[in-house]
Amino acid sequence: MKIDIILCGVGGMGALSTAAIISQAALDMGMYMKQAETHGMSQRGGDVQSHLRLSDKEIASDLIPEGQCDIILSVEPMEALRYLPFLNREEGWVITNENPFINISNYPEKDVVLAEVRKVKNSIVFDADKIARESGNPKGTNMVVLGAASKYLKIDIEKLEKAISDIFSRKGEAVVAANISALRAGREVADKM
Amino acid sequence: MEKLLLLGDEAIAQAAIDAGLSGIFGYPGTPSTEITEYIQESKEAKEKGIRSNWGANEKTAMEAALGMSYAGKRAMFTCKHVGMNVAADPFMNSAITGANGGLVYIAADDPSMHSSQDEQDSRFFGDWAMIPILEPSNQQEAYDMVHYAFDLSEEFHIPVMIRITTRLAHSRAGVVRRNTQREQNPVKLHENPKQFILLPAIARKQYKELMAKQEGLMNASATKGFNQYIDGDNKKIGIIACGLSFNYLMENYSDRKCPYPVLKIVQYPMPETMVNKLYEECDSVLVLEEGQPLFERLLRGMLNKGKKVMGRLDGSIPRDGELNPALVGKALGLPVSQGLPVPSIVAARPPKLCDGCPHIDSYAAINEAMLEYGVGKVFSDIGCYTLGALPPYNAIYSTVDMGASITMAKGAADAGLLPAVAVIGDSTFTHSGMTGLLDCVVDNTPVTVMILDNEITGMTGSQKSSATGRVEAICAGIGVDPAHIRVLNPLKKFHQENLQVVKEELAYQGVSVIIPRRDCIVAANKKRKAAKAE
Repeated sequence: MKIDIILCGVGGMGALSTAAIISQAALDMGMYMKQAETHGMSQRGGDVQSHLRLSDKEIASDLIPEGQCDIILSVEPMEALRYLPFLNREEGWVITNENPFINISNYPEKDVVLAEVRKVKNSIVFDADKIARESGNPKGTNMVVLGAASKYLKIDIEKLEKAISDIFSRKGEAVVAANISALRAGREVADKM
Repeated sequence: MEKLLLLGDEAIAQAAIDAGLSGIFGYPGTPSTEITEYIQESKEAKEKGIRSNWGANEKTAMEAALGMSYAGKRAMFTCKHVGMNVAADPFMNSAITGANGGLVYIAADDPSMHSSQDEQDSRFFGDWAMIPILEPSNQQEAYDMVHYAFDLSEEFHIPVMIRITTRLAHSRAGVVRRNTQREQNPVKLHENPKQFILLPAIARKQYKELMAKQEGLMNASATKGFNQYIDGDNKKIGIIACGLSFNYLMENYSDRKCPYPVLKIVQYPMPETMVNKLYEECDSVLVLEEGQPLFERLLRGMLNKGKKVMGRLDGSIPRDGELNPALVGKALGLPVSQGLPVPSIVAARPPKLCDGCPHIDSYAAINEAMLEYGVGKVFSDIGCYTLGALPPYNAIYSTVDMGASITMAKGAADAGLLPAVAVIGDSTFTHSGMTGLLDCVVDNTPVTVMILDNEITGMTGSQKSSATGRVEAICAGIGVDPAHIRVLNPLKKFHQENLQVVKEELAYQGVSVIIPRRDCIVAANKKRKAAKAE
């Protein structure tokens, strides 16, 4: 069993914390994992991405080979499109928030971006910001997207919840609870589809 | 045995703690920064009294590491690849003095320039200095090799380089930690009291000793077991896979069995016996190097009259940039899977200054003040403020290396390009801008030096800056007239008065320093969040 995930977004949107949570859960399940991420200059409002590889066998490359990614998990729709060359075009999923993060002047029309995402064979495009707000955690967009993706992750949602509580415990119980409720709200979206 | 989830950088740091390190010395630089940060934040390291503050620059840091080794204790130095240029003087000479306590240099390279100005390959430095290089291919190997590096350093009394690249430095994996930890060395002088004095007469002798060590080092490369000869039935190609490239090769075979003989190289000097075996047995050789074609060029020779050697020089692999599984697969003629094309509507999203960044207000003042003088007169430096090169600022004419803004502005002023302005950050100023400012003072060059003081090393993620609280005193001490050391608060509401100050100093025919001072917005937010959590 293997699962290759690209997590992406714009610096500061929480793509890297999502990666840390999945990694922690995978390690807890005794899986092999490798997770390569971007640090440095790109974190200043540029595009950020993380290659996360999980497997029951030892993993060779830190980078996912092109055309073999199982899930692109994005907090921003145009960023999801940037990594399509990595997607397994038959079986791969794109799961993304639908709201653009516009910090450039030539950002394309939202409808055009979403239409491109929907051209992918398997996609879930939804308003994760709204669901995060409704769950009582307006900053929890990344957790909502993770929740939606959890259906396809082959990792139990309980394991993800435990990882959230391990990773955010320093920040206090309220932060842990808010993130878990955002995660569950995201999962409900995927279950209803 | 404990299994930890660690970045390559963190695996190196944890290993150093476990291997009896006494001090880590370095200057922040992507992708090396997290090594020192890990030790700074480690409770264990604190209990063991491991020193870990940042140095002013890579040269001072390496020299301090050298001093700790000469005193008998184990020391580690860390930098990004271009930091090796700054530390090159102590680096080259330390190979000749040799080490006393185990001495390990970590050089973190950045092929594809994810966050750098070039993609130089630090293995050239190691090869040039004739010291052993280790190039771990994964996080576990990184952890294990740090222990080995200290052993090798103490056995051969030589500094050892560990060369990593971004992809290992910033990739996480499970790492099995050793159960036993080593004690630190006591202070102990070298038995030869002249060992570390590079007077020509001694240096000539020491240099011969360095050359005499090479056979033993090569023997270690061939026998220690990190380098592996993995046989294959198909002898049409023999593959030399260095460091991470071994993983990209294996990724192309789902059973992890390559049909060709493979020589996995993670320890240098390159073991001649193993290379010779591969060359003799195979019809051609493919060299995979994450970085520049150092060994491919050696193997092929200037005249390229031997067997066919493939790699970056003959176009089998692109000449520049980071490797990946597909590039290696293509070089071997394997079928490579493809995803979907990137839709043409996808726009580039370059990094930019954060909302609320003080540099935005500094550039607003600079750009407006420079309107009457025209473009091309602002020289910049390495840091977040390099982003002033991009729209909407389009403010700067050059960025080359740490500290160069001041000296480039000086040279331009000497050439008659006036007014000449330097834009440099506080940490970059104490890294290597101070000496350039002294050159300006000595010549009384008409330059305006803007030291953007956000009281932190910003670009690499909020490390402590050696400049904090000292900038004015340093400038005055160097000899800048205190009347021309001006401190600003770079906020929009002070724009008019800040602009006035910049205009006044541009008109001054001598050395002026303007210090726009306001907290880095990222650091300020972190501080606020931390205070709220408490």
